[in-house]
Amino acid sequence: MTQSARDQVPRMLALVPYLRAHDGIPVDQVAKDFGVTPQQIVKDLNVLWFCGLPGAVTGEMIDVDMEALESEGVVYLDNAEFLSRPLRLTTSEALSLIVALRMLRDIAGAAELPTIEAALAKLESATGDGAALPIEVHIEKADPAVHEATQKALATGHRMHLSYLVPSRDERTERDVDPLRLLTAEGRPYLEAWCHLAQDVRLFRLDRVVEATVLDIPADPHPHVPRRDLSEGLFRAVDGDVEAVLDLSPPARWVAEYYAVDTVENLPDGGLRVRLRVGDTGWLRRLVLRQGGGAKVVEPVELADEVRECARLALTAYGG
Amino acid sequence: MTRRKSERLMNLVIALLVSRQYLTKDRIRQVVEGYHDQTDEAFERMFERDKEELREIGVHIDVGSYERAFDDELGYRIQRDTFELPEIPLEPDEAAVVGLAARVWQHARLAGQTSSALVKLKAAGVPVEPDALPALEPQLAAGEPSFEPLWDAVISRTPLVFEYARSSQPSRLRHLEPWGIMSWHGRWYVIGHDRDRGATRMFRLSRICGDVAPDGRPGEYDVPEDLDLRAEAEWLGTVTPEASAVLRVRQDAGWGLRRRATSTDEVDPGWDRIEVPYAGRWQTAEEIASYASDVVVESPPDLRDAVIAILRGVAGEAA
Repeated sequence: MTQSARDQVPRMLALVPYLRAHDGIPVDQVAKDFGVTPQQIVKDLNVLWFCGLPGAVTGEMIDVDMEALESEGVVYLDNAEFLSRPLRLTTSEALSLIVALRMLRDIAGAAELPTIEAALAKLESATGDGAALPIEVHIEKADPAVHEATQKALATGHRMHLSYLVPSRDERTERDVDPLRLLTAEGRPYLEAWCHLAQDVRLFRLDRVVEATVLDIPADPHPHVPRRDLSEGLFRAVDGDVEAVLDLSPPARWVAEYYAVDTVENLPDGGLRVRLRVGDTGWLRRLVLRQGGGAKVVEPVELADEVRECARLALTAYGG
Repeated sequence: MTRRKSERLMNLVIALLVSRQYLTKDRIRQVVEGYHDQTDEAFERMFERDKEELREIGVHIDVGSYERAFDDELGYRIQRDTFELPEIPLEPDEAAVVGLAARVWQHARLAGQTSSALVKLKAAGVPVEPDALPALEPQLAAGEPSFEPLWDAVISRTPLVFEYARSSQPSRLRHLEPWGIMSWHGRWYVIGHDRDRGATRMFRLSRICGDVAPDGRPGEYDVPEDLDLRAEAEWLGTVTPEASAVLRVRQDAGWGLRRRATSTDEVDPGWDRIEVPYAGRWQTAEEIASYASDVVVESPPDLRDAVIAILRGVAGEAA
């Protein structure tokens, strides 16, 4: 479908001024910059040399040096003074770019912030009314001290020490990490780092870092460690996960919407039966305890017993 | 087919752009390759479609009259200042951070929009290649099927109609003038004027079921000037504490609560007493219940009763 005129015309309108500014550029580089194949660029050029001023005859059209293209794989374009600048950004293009840059600004450290602010201001003024965007992305702010320490460790390549809360196990953990990158997911900043305690790459939600210290030790760069692909969401099933089945009463149906579940079935009472995989049964126990009986563990049976026992034990503190 | 159409559209753009006067339809038909061999009717249809396609890719065609003509026939031209990207004087380091924007959208169409914006900047000679990459990778997803129609609707100010379901209630048809969309904790919301209720309302995109259809013409309403989307998004997450709980917490436990404590004192060996401001009795009681026997409510009594009721429900005892 990349061959439709709807894609080709905007690309050619950018291609002409681009080529005028980059005389003799290799076609492979052009393709890379435009995110298409070199064959597609050659097709575009073949259309362009039939375009030109109204009433033009052969020889007056846009001139593409086809010989240089075929023999050396480089592009020379001439006779196209009338297309000296690219087309203005559409509102949607400008907004997608500005929203993305605002997200960068929201997690940038003191070192990059002025550059990002300046770039944003220039783009917003060039593309119109940047002040009242109809799009807003909220990024939760982390503790400024934690955020700044993380930025500093990343910028200078130092190891960090983190005091980190693990809510699923209700633990405060102490660990040394080599920071890899700062990202956001689901509106919250995360640090991806090599964790020396886990001996693996881990994501740390910044608002769960209680204290962060930059250590006087260079971080290992871990160049061969794969970075997490978050496009499918934060949840990732791994071998060793426990399969669980929960029955949700109607008021607890939101659980199926809120958490990653594998299957959902309707129950006769208006509730749902969901199947999910959990890495840590402590997390599931705490989720079920919250629901006050609105969520019942069907499988594993041992977990169902454990949760009931937990609740009974807790009630003894209230004399019940 | 594509090739001939692309060629015709390019030639039409060039003709309208270089003309110092409004070009009449007849003149356009004469000079733009691909029009003059059509029948009158086919040309009319083709020209209307071509104008519409150019409008969709952001080419604004001006309609006016050709002054020196004696009749009132309208003509067409493209004004260079509305066609061309203005100068954006980015310094090299600023251009490099703009290049980082390419990786943010985790949504095919919006990622494509960002790329085509960057291609235009490159064509204007702005070096948007991020070289020394700061390790910053914000990511923005939009998996809701209603996201695309809403993105377009808030840009064009088009009223919409859609089915909206609230949990455990049957879905209902809603008529909305969307003002803006916002993302909060990974979920998209739309705020606007609800025509059924005559009031400002917010809707969660994941609860819109089925098609989102236009319910009027683009630009038919105005967005209030004092709309502050940033404040609205922050409001989604704001809780004003209404009371303060006194809790007994086992040492080395209750970490989520300890972070919000205004005071912590050791009371017995192995136990602390903490004070935590809270909003929403049942929500707080659910959180406390999740710690089971590690956290015990001392006061207030209504919070204590709520925790007991939740735990009884889980234990399978009658409340």
